[in-house]
Amino acid sequence: MKIVKLKKSNLHPFLQAASQDAELWAPVRQKNNKHSFQPIKDFATIDLNYTRTILPPRKLFLPPQFNMFQASLQGYKEDFSHVSPKVIFGVHPCDLHGLLIFDEFHRQNFEDPYYLKAKENTLIFGHSCWPDDKCFCQSTNTHLVEEGYDLFFSELDDYYLVWIGSSRGDDCLRLAPELFDESLSEEDIKGYIAWQEKRNQAFKLKINFFAMPDLMELRYHHSLWEKLGQACLSCGSCSLVCPTCNCYNVQDQPLLSQDASNIQRCWDSCMLENYSAVAGGENFREKRSQRLKLWYTHKLQAYISKYGKPACVGCGRCIATCPVDINVFTVSRALEGEEVEAFWNRLAKEVNP
Amino acid sequence: MKVEKKTTLTKNPFLPDPARIVRVYPLTQDVKFFQVRLVDINKALAFQYHPGQFAMISILGAGEAPFSISSTPSRPGLLEFCIRKTGTITGAIFNLKENDLIGVRGPYGNGFPIEKMLGKDILIVMGGLGAAPLRSVLLYCLDNRDQFGRVILLHGAKCPAEMIFCQEFQDLKKREDLECYLTVDTDDTGQWEDNIGVVTTLFPKLKAINPEQTVSLVCGPPVMYKFVIQELLKLQIPKDQILMTLERRMKCGVGKCGHCAIDYIYTCLDGPVFTYWDVIHMRELI
Repeated sequence: MKIVKLKKSNLHPFLQAASQDAELWAPVRQKNNKHSFQPIKDFATIDLNYTRTILPPRKLFLPPQFNMFQASLQGYKEDFSHVSPKVIFGVHPCDLHGLLIFDEFHRQNFEDPYYLKAKENTLIFGHSCWPDDKCFCQSTNTHLVEEGYDLFFSELDDYYLVWIGSSRGDDCLRLAPELFDESLSEEDIKGYIAWQEKRNQAFKLKINFFAMPDLMELRYHHSLWEKLGQACLSCGSCSLVCPTCNCYNVQDQPLLSQDASNIQRCWDSCMLENYSAVAGGENFREKRSQRLKLWYTHKLQAYISKYGKPACVGCGRCIATCPVDINVFTVSRALEGEEVEAFWNRLAKEVNP
Repeated sequence: MKVEKKTTLTKNPFLPDPARIVRVYPLTQDVKFFQVRLVDINKALAFQYHPGQFAMISILGAGEAPFSISSTPSRPGLLEFCIRKTGTITGAIFNLKENDLIGVRGPYGNGFPIEKMLGKDILIVMGGLGAAPLRSVLLYCLDNRDQFGRVILLHGAKCPAEMIFCQEFQDLKKREDLECYLTVDTDDTGQWEDNIGVVTTLFPKLKAINPEQTVSLVCGPPVMYKFVIQELLKLQIPKDQILMTLERRMKCGVGKCGHCAIDYIYTCLDGPVFTYWDVIHMRELI
């Protein structure tokens, strides 16, 4: 893989050149101090000093709500209006891994054109990061990334090492070749290795993912699920912020002006009560504990059995988001049977203060 | 950077094909029979499926839902569905008349493993609307009669008026190459000539079963499975030769929307037909 050097002062001119015919999206600090991927008009609003955005970048490929097609008695008209040329800058390794899982999922069996077309029309520029106390991507082996980006910017003192990950990424550099330095010095290389080692030491949270499939099986009927179910608010936040959650609902929205409907796809969550309900009143997962079990079976067990890696990329969003602290970390600890009492006691206090 | 819109993909799996209702008539008070044909004649003839597969049916303004195909692929061109009025979408379907248009996508799911059933004795146990998917495989076996051993049908309904395909199955009793047993839980007409009692009361009437040689197919209301499976296990039919077809909420049929997930499988891709071994092995199935 080719690696070049870019002075930090050259970043904005490069982004300017790269996003000429596309909409640039990057992390922007919001009023609540959290970050969010937003369309960029002014480069000064880009804030790379962030750990995780509220929503993962999958919202740019499959938005929370979009039209799939218009149906009428005359036939069906495909609608790809959610697809437009985009450049996403500042994507962290965990989210790049999330998108790789998305790629695999939407290519297998039946290809999903709504995801794949949006993906084809997007350039992805990754960016290095530094873990906080909620990051555990080292445990999911997603703290490093070798594919899934067009360019990847590793931030060092006053310059970036830019990894070129695709032919299209290489084309981008050629739009402004004068901004880049092709020769790396011995110091640059040592500087990068030192940074990498320091970062590897910085991860505090660790989860033994490869014990989880067995523990999910062994504790499938354990009372911990009932307790978690009692605390869970069934709000669905964990799945909405998860980079690998893909569930959706489809709605027929009749147009008032004509005999036609927009067939709309919108995010759904397996935590919501009606998720598994069928006509006639049968609901296969009526209890919150059953729905939690489904989510954690998917994240901690099912995907590992099938693909050899968890359907979790260690981004820490569920830890940052769940109002009652039910997340991949606390559930994995509960499954291991450790520190459970402290967790339950705190939960009990929060639920019945 | 110029990002070009490329179209590398083939067919959009979410787009239905327009289909016309050719025939519709009531089977019971709340179940109707629909015969539909894809408007595009080439697509209608090319629509190949296995017994036990399902299709997604969409009604303009109401939405889309999965329905098992009740017709047999051995009689191509027309698709048949038995639909019970239970919710918004089925309510809208009930208002449709002959010649009305609907949307059809499919076929989806695994269907029954016909190649593993060849040469075997086929024991079909259906209750209520469970006849919808099993009629497909029953007709398939009858259309290819020489490829199977004995074909045995046990069909139960709450009362004579609730028995779907009542006349069709009564007529089938005349066939000598089919062992057909019908039953109703209660007879409110006083004119029912067959067995009275739940479907399990038919088992003592069966001629001796060779369990290793038998594949059993079961579909019915949830309460029926437990008792029927007990009978089948008593007959010593192997657990992986007991096949059942299951119902789940589905929004796509192609393994994307997530609603039909059970453990690491999707009912729409890996099901809806499962063996009894799958069911005990995978917990949440029934």
